[in-house]
Amino acid sequence: MDKPFAITLDVGTSRANKTGSWRTERAVYTNRMPPCNDACPAGEDIQGWLYEAEEGGAGYERAWRRIMEDNPFPAVMGRVCYHPCETACNRGQLDEAVGINSVERFVGDAAIEQGWTVSVTAPASGRRVLVVGAGPSGLAAAYHLALAGHDVTVKEAGPMAGGMMRFGIPRYRLSRDVLDAEVQRILDLGVTLELDTKVTDLDAIRGEYDAVFLAVGAQLGKRAYIPAGSASHVLDAVDMLRDVEAGEKPLLGRRVAVYGGGNTAMDAARTAKRLGASEAIVVYRRTKDRMPAHESEIAEAEDEGVLFTWLTTIKQVDAGRLVVERMELDEDGFPRPTGELDELDADSLVLALGQDTDLTLLEGVPGLVVEDGVVAVGPDLMTGCPGVFAGGDMVPFERSVTVAVGHGKRAARHIDAWLSGAAPEPAVRPALATFDTLNTWYYADAPRAHRPLLDRARRESTFDEVVLGHDEATALLEARRCLSCGNCFGCDNCYGVCPDNAVLKPGGSGPDYLIDLDYCKGCGICVAECPSGAIQMFPEEI
Amino acid sequence: MAFQEIKLYQTGTFVVGNRLLDPEQRTVQARTGRSNSLTSGHRACQGCGEALGARYVLDAAMRATDGKLVAVNSTGCLEVFSTPYPESSWQLPWLHSLFGNGPAVASGVAAALRASGRDDIRVVGQAGDGGTVDIGFGALSGMFERNDDVLFVCYDNEGYMNTGVQRSGATPPAAVTATTKAVGPEPGNVFGQGKSVPLIAMAHEIPYVATATVADLHDLEHKVERAMSFRGARYLHVFVPCPLGWRAASADTIRLARLAKESGVFPVFEAEAGEVTAVSRIRRQVPVEDYLRPQGRYAHLFGDHPRPDIVARIQARADRNIARFGLLPEGDE
Repeated sequence: MDKPFAITLDVGTSRANKTGSWRTERAVYTNRMPPCNDACPAGEDIQGWLYEAEEGGAGYERAWRRIMEDNPFPAVMGRVCYHPCETACNRGQLDEAVGINSVERFVGDAAIEQGWTVSVTAPASGRRVLVVGAGPSGLAAAYHLALAGHDVTVKEAGPMAGGMMRFGIPRYRLSRDVLDAEVQRILDLGVTLELDTKVTDLDAIRGEYDAVFLAVGAQLGKRAYIPAGSASHVLDAVDMLRDVEAGEKPLLGRRVAVYGGGNTAMDAARTAKRLGASEAIVVYRRTKDRMPAHESEIAEAEDEGVLFTWLTTIKQVDAGRLVVERMELDEDGFPRPTGELDELDADSLVLALGQDTDLTLLEGVPGLVVEDGVVAVGPDLMTGCPGVFAGGDMVPFERSVTVAVGHGKRAARHIDAWLSGAAPEPAVRPALATFDTLNTWYYADAPRAHRPLLDRARRESTFDEVVLGHDEATALLEARRCLSCGNCFGCDNCYGVCPDNAVLKPGGSGPDYLIDLDYCKGCGICVAECPSGAIQMFPEEI
Repeated sequence: MAFQEIKLYQTGTFVVGNRLLDPEQRTVQARTGRSNSLTSGHRACQGCGEALGARYVLDAAMRATDGKLVAVNSTGCLEVFSTPYPESSWQLPWLHSLFGNGPAVASGVAAALRASGRDDIRVVGQAGDGGTVDIGFGALSGMFERNDDVLFVCYDNEGYMNTGVQRSGATPPAAVTATTKAVGPEPGNVFGQGKSVPLIAMAHEIPYVATATVADLHDLEHKVERAMSFRGARYLHVFVPCPLGWRAASADTIRLARLAKESGVFPVFEAEAGEVTAVSRIRRQVPVEDYLRPQGRYAHLFGDHPRPDIVARIQARADRNIARFGLLPEGDE
């Protein structure tokens, strides 16, 4: 015994006392579904790529690659997507939603500037897939199928690829340089594109391919029966937008009326202004708040001097004037005629009442079912004919570029599985990261940065892009406004707040934490103080 | 603001760290190299605010002194749960003598170091509110008036928790303890008793006095670092919720500390030579009820026979703190 007076035991550390045995509940790092990801029609991991972009510098390329896993059009999306992600964003309940779309545009534009590319790493499968239609849906499917190693041929009826991205969306919303660059990147993967090749009889050629993806879109303007005088001038919005893109200048006159309340109506009216119309009037049978057009499009149209006449239907078209009838909304919000007639001066009338699909190419395809003018598909986007899939505007879903791109990805996944004879891995959807799962105390107040707009004067006379991009500092700040809902972003809170030092950081830097179950007493402070709700308590089996 | 506000890193201002920040800009607690002065295996209750506060303070002090630090501990929870013979949770030189003499022993250690020419080694005295406000108070006042070179830290959990939750001179009005039951016309601890040791310390006109909570780590670490930049007597009063004594959920420890500050119940400020030099302003003001309701020691104010009159008196105390220290956000006064 060589110990001081009155000491009988060696001093030891309290680490011998494994307080983990006190625990009845265990903290576990989890991933909840961020609302942006949940709302994205293209299935992007938005929180994931914002996380990369937050780093700036090399993080932008990683962010871009994360987007490209789901969507081959980041720069296009950053201009034309109606960003349901921002509508769902939890930050909207704190101050204002994160400007996800503007960051996507910044990252997409950086990729074009820097020349970042993707390449096929999968071995060639030897399977041939036909894609009918080179719109967003067809090109997205071709991209994902090519990455999976399949031999893809895209047959396009028109003279250029892009579909509605080129012939529906005007240049002032989507610069053609950007579109061309992103389409070219897909073709560079080895996708064969055959332009001016309209498929008229699918049944005759589908035997040459192992699978077919139909994405012909919807480009026939819906007609409404309106009595028209012989000298009246009536045209379709889709035809008009296509003509403008083809370099023709449709004869519209000085005063142009546009019939309809959707995005195409806004595009038609704004294009008419740019073509020199002194007045563009949107005629819509319901009220502004019931217009299907996206609010940003309505706001930009109003800003450019487009006029609106609400609660109005067109009864008759004559040379130089329209006969219109005033409507009122009934208690269910449906428009009801009042019998009160009026006149409206207009040199031409543009119909923007929605679009139908030309489905004549599908005649004779066995098992394929057409309902209400669109092709019936299962959840795997396969039609009634085995091996023939369909997506985009020709199937019964909401119609937007982003939905179409999402269909392309989903169809490619199912075609790939169908070709290999395996069921695709079911997509896991964890529980939603709702606002109440966050601890918002920890987020600094940071007002949103809005993208600058082109000068009014230049918007009225040119087709230059209206919405401009962020510079790097602003895009970075906007990315860093992300709350990272439901997913760890490496803030070290759990590491700091544990009274028992039972959170470990083996990598030295987050987000890569471990709970030391030898000492974790299960107090739950790390769960309560996690800003993003990425830790949950689960009962221990006792 | 007492600390740097980091605008570009949206969470850097309030969270412990941030992967995007330069390590030097993160808190001491975010670093894997922190000294973990109070290590794992201690026997504090689940969610103990005092264990957390002690590690926060001592790790920051260890960093500020380059590891040349001695801690002197009065009797209390912190001493009992960290050193059941022969184990110790302390990873720095640590002394314990008695309940009432912590500040005196700390003065002695500082004097001994000075006498042996080692005044590069700094001394921290620490105690709970019992050992500071009541039992060690005479020794503490002596340490202050002699301006001994000690940082004395009080971890205030508002009662004698270790011995079974009895009232101390820091127990707030209306709170239930084993010795202030929820009976009679004025249930719980009575109004008009107790004392504020931070204000008493200021009256000694010592170089530095500050209050802090375990809910604001950046602020707490800044104050420890600031305190260690002075020589002479310094006092730091840290608000540390006690899940056991306050009958609160163990996960709510930091939340309660935050609510105490945001409601004005606990004013957070710093003072030099007897003058208040900075206050931590309220960021998201809440009524005191938000702070009281999650705590079982105030359950008698709500429930079947609510006492809104008593809640209003507690609110009046918080409002007085807000007015006295100017705690409202800038522009709201």
